[in-house]
Amino acid sequence: MLKHLYDTDCVTWSPQGKLFQVEYAMEAVKQGSICLGLKSSENVVLCSLKRQPSELAGYQEKQFKIDDHMAIAIAGLTADARVLCKYMRTECLEYKYTYESHHPVGRLVFKVAEKSQHKTQSGAKRPYGVGLLVAGIDPNGVHLFETCPSGNYYEYKCQAIGSRSQAARTYFESWFHLFEKSTLEQLVLHGLSAIKKAIMEDEELNEKNVEVGILGKNLKFTHLNAQELKDYIAKLEGFNPNSQIQQE
Amino acid sequence: MYIPVNEVQKHFKSETPMMSNITHKSDQWSPYHDNSGTVLAIGIPGAVLVAGDTRLSNGYNILTRDATKLSQLTDKCVLATAGQYADFIALRKFLQQRLQLYEFQNEVQASTQTVAHLLSRELYSRRFFPYYTFNLLAGLDENNHGVVYGYDAIGSYDQMTYGVQGSGQELVVAVLDNQLKGYNKINKTFPQTQQEILDLILDCFSCAAERDIHTGDNVEILIITPTGTERIVKPLRKD
Repeated sequence: MLKHLYDTDCVTWSPQGKLFQVEYAMEAVKQGSICLGLKSSENVVLCSLKRQPSELAGYQEKQFKIDDHMAIAIAGLTADARVLCKYMRTECLEYKYTYESHHPVGRLVFKVAEKSQHKTQSGAKRPYGVGLLVAGIDPNGVHLFETCPSGNYYEYKCQAIGSRSQAARTYFESWFHLFEKSTLEQLVLHGLSAIKKAIMEDEELNEKNVEVGILGKNLKFTHLNAQELKDYIAKLEGFNPNSQIQQE
Repeated sequence: MYIPVNEVQKHFKSETPMMSNITHKSDQWSPYHDNSGTVLAIGIPGAVLVAGDTRLSNGYNILTRDATKLSQLTDKCVLATAGQYADFIALRKFLQQRLQLYEFQNEVQASTQTVAHLLSRELYSRRFFPYYTFNLLAGLDENNHGVVYGYDAIGSYDQMTYGVQGSGQELVVAVLDNQLKGYNKINKTFPQTQQEILDLILDCFSCAAERDIHTGDNVEILIITPTGTERIVKPLRKD
């Protein structure tokens, strides 16, 4: 993105009706490594590619459990994500304490969006530089939401954010009509296939740099462990979405 | 000259309180209700067994025959409470919330020792309007040995190998002293297997149900081991 006039702070509009600071914040999300989510009628799966700052370092975690029924995957500034994660966890705990039930997903996403919007309308603040994919299950059904630094939020059947996410979205556009009736295993394989489209040629998917989280109507949020990841990645070779169509 | 009725007292020989002088304010409202019942816990190497009857009472009335006094707080520890049920629920909710926050912040479940101390501090935080709860915290320690912590209403606690709380406490703890420690026992033989301890627990509750009106209906037993939790429910006298 090129430099613009009228971009010094959030309280200045551009003549074209844009808030450039907010747009720049969304750029931070696009620079983060890819994470994606997809849902069926029973399950939601989050897949992300973990970045390693150097060979000596560990891999940056991208998925966080909010409550048994909800989890997020992040793209952008991890520090900002931590703040939002803590906020969401606290809200869920308080809701559970008061109402003895799980926080409705859409309501919590709305609270996060409201918090994010607040940061876009003040001279002394900056927007959060992180986009979240919120996966959750509540009595209203299975949900996947995306939140933006702008304070907007959208519900999706499947979505990818972060760098080279367009490749994953293109994969989704071809195959998302199968997701509704997919089994959990098929969903994970679709997710990993989509991630595979988005990695660089010299990179490879392995159990260290990919993170998969699963959530189901009767399944609390869990990360797949290293062995399970290895097995799924091995299954990717023989995975053919076309065979899923023939089953139906 | 007559003695006014309200001055009769002054004309008695002694001013010491006698039964006839004592007036009871029997209709004073109390924030506390004793829902009674009995709980016990026994720790052995490799497991801990926690049991509680399922009767809730209020005075001479039974509120329900089907209420649990046990609450699993982490994979490794269980809270067993006798006393006021509302305070048990409030305490349990607080601990569940606080322990989930602990898990988020530390990425691991709290150890039994940590939960024990947390419970003590929470109880003492209400030193001047206590939780009317008599607690046992039973769990596996870092070496997977069964441990039991017993509490009073304001959080004083100590580690024990077995503990009993509630209306049947005196009846049951004497039996356990005899069977598990060998106090006042001539032929000292002790239960060796988990099944023998389980039978002992069932016997204790049956005994308590015989003599204590507030204990009965069912006994619920949780067996915590490193591999998981098993739950057993057995009937007791319903009268």
